[in-house]
Amino acid sequence: MNIVVCVKYVPDATADRRFEADNTVDRVGVDGLLSELDEYAVEQALQLKEKLGDDSEVTVVSVGPDNAGDAIRKALQMGADKGVHVVDDAIAGSDALGTSLVLAEAIKKLPHDIVLCGMGSTDAVMGVLPTMLAERLGLPGVTFASEVTVNGSTVTVRRDGDTATETIEADLPAVVSVTDQSGEARYPSFKGIMAAKKKEVVTQSLGDLGISGDQVGLSAAWTAVEGTEARPPRTAGEIVKDADGSGASALVEFLASKKFI
Amino acid sequence: MAEVLVLVDHVDGAIRKTTNELLTIARRLGEPSAVFIGSLSDDATAALKQFGAEKIYSVDDADIKGYLVAPKAEVLAQLVGSASPAAVLISASVEGKEIAGRLAVKTDSGLITDAIDVQAGPVTTQSVFAGNFTVTAKVTKGTPIIAVKPNAAAPEAVDGAGAVESVAVSISDAAKGARVTSSEPKAASGRPELTEAAIVVAGGRGTGGDFSAVEALADSLGGAVGASRAAVDSGWYPHAFQIGQTGKVVSPQLYIANGISGAIQHRAGMQTSKTIIAVNKDEEAPIFELVDFGVVGDLHTVVPAVTEGVNQRKG
Ligand SMILES: Cc1cc2nc3c(=O)[nH]c(=O)nc-3n(C[C@H](O)[C@H](O)[C@H](O)COP(=O)(O)OP(=O)(O)OC[C@H]3O[C@@H](n4cnc5c(N)ncnc54)[C@H](O)[C@@H]3O)c2cc1C
Ligand SMILES: Nc1ncnc2c1ncn2[C@@H]1O[C@H](COP(=O)(O)O)[C@@H](O)[C@H]1O
Repeated sequence: MNIVVCVKYVPDATADRRFEADNTVDRVGVDGLLSELDEYAVEQALQLKEKLGDDSEVTVVSVGPDNAGDAIRKALQMGADKGVHVVDDAIAGSDALGTSLVLAEAIKKLPHDIVLCGMGSTDAVMGVLPTMLAERLGLPGVTFASEVTVNGSTVTVRRDGDTATETIEADLPAVVSVTDQSGEARYPSFKGIMAAKKKEVVTQSLGDLGISGDQVGLSAAWTAVEGTEARPPRTAGEIVKDADGSGASALVEFLASKKFI
Repeated sequence: MAEVLVLVDHVDGAIRKTTNELLTIARRLGEPSAVFIGSLSDDATAALKQFGAEKIYSVDDADIKGYLVAPKAEVLAQLVGSASPAAVLISASVEGKEIAGRLAVKTDSGLITDAIDVQAGPVTTQSVFAGNFTVTAKVTKGTPIIAVKPNAAAPEAVDGAGAVESVAVSISDAAKGARVTSSEPKAASGRPELTEAAIVVAGGRGTGGDFSAVEALADSLGGAVGASRAAVDSGWYPHAFQIGQTGKVVSPQLYIANGISGAIQHRAGMQTSKTIIAVNKDEEAPIFELVDFGVVGDLHTVVPAVTEGVNQRKG
């Protein structure tokens, strides 16, 4: 089976994330890494391959700047077989529609029986890219899977919704996004790290995918950010130390003063 | 005035509050047209009229029940083609965002998700980077498709004409590639829905696994219960109640964090709450940087005492 995993290089969530002067996310000046939520997709891909126990292949695809290569490398260290890195200055500033277009064209060039994604990127958290990808590829799409099993030519997914737990079946090929409930992602082993050095990463430009530069990027985006504003930091409030129940009564006073009681 | 399509969010015909919010927002942008997929009852029609629906497109779902969102996106795409609306508004739920994503591709239109406000233009407001930034944005191509979060507007009742128009749609086979084969309903908690609640009381690892005190406090205040990922991962509370980056994002009037340290991923789900209170035994816990009021103490004694105090005051 040919398993494709989409991974994104994102600014570190614990670092100081910021915007550039043109209101795009600063993706170069801030430390980045493989989106933690995409590690779960890589993990599910590896587990699928292990369960099948055949010559299945896991290919990771990332659309992003030069350092997105680090995200691909990390996935290869975890055990993925090959990487595809789509990098082109003209892609910068693309929105979800633009990114999904590029990603879809890259995937069309690869054999794919299942395409796995993370539940959302840790920077944008739109969570719509997997669905857009499914639409562009003309495939069924299932998001937020907490369990994924493949049986012949169907994939079965468990989804824990707010009101119900659903079992969903889709015909392969399909696009599936997995949640952080799907199973802890493995750490790269020393052997994995060494092996990754020899794994192939193909770099592609928009031209290689038959996309022209004016179809994507900031100027062609379907949406425009008009302004960004840092939320004023919350001013520290009153903090009391509890002693013999004083904390609780002070809290009740506070609730009453704010009319919550 | 142009129509604004509102995809009706309903549970077996019962209209959800989020729909009333969307209809209210739609009036700022044009004439609200509700799109109801399912079997439309007189009650549902009346409810939609009450919040200003001028038109109600009724789409029988006999053919598409049991399939995922792709057929619903095809319905909307057909209506976008025939009605040329000024915008399409959809609730920013899991299903809503899937429909919106497919619709955006189908109609080659810009999509904005998780809007916390929408004004004439339409100009949207979103909260990003764990709530540290507010972004205003516009759709610049095609029909603006906007997935709106709960509580983005206070629903305003205004009588609408509510003219029902049945729509026949043809659904492609491709749209039926994913189907729901079983669905096990979860027991309702009897508390307000987490993302819609005005008050949320949450518990973390500090609860040690017993959520009864947190639940009792929530009930005394009429609030919903939430949990940190540490609590969910330990199996103490179901994932549907997780607050944070990989759970729910809430923005209530009051958020009370009990035994929660305040990691960035947790903050991402609660930082925009109006008033924040924390109970934590560690005075260095980062959650205290956010609070309007904090108690440094053991939640096992503080929380039950607060509940008692609240109940006493209520008399
Ligand atoms: C990709 C990713 C996504 C994540 N998504 C989420 C998410 O959606 N939501 C989320 O919450 N986390 C998320 N996390 C995890 C997050 O980083 C933290 O690990 C988690 O929020 C910690 O939960 P906690 O505050 O309950 O536990 P801890 O950090 O262990 O804090 C427990 C707190 O309880 C206090 N305490 C202990 N005993 C008592 C007592 N008796 N009385 C009072 N206080 C007490 C302690 O002082 C401490 O501050 C995510 C992490 C990653 C990497
Ligand atoms: N630039 C990208 N390159 C590869 N995959 C991506 C990219 N952006 C998003 N994805 C995939 O789509 C998922 C959801 O992303 P998003 O819709 O941006 O929240 C991520 O978890 C990734 O699997």
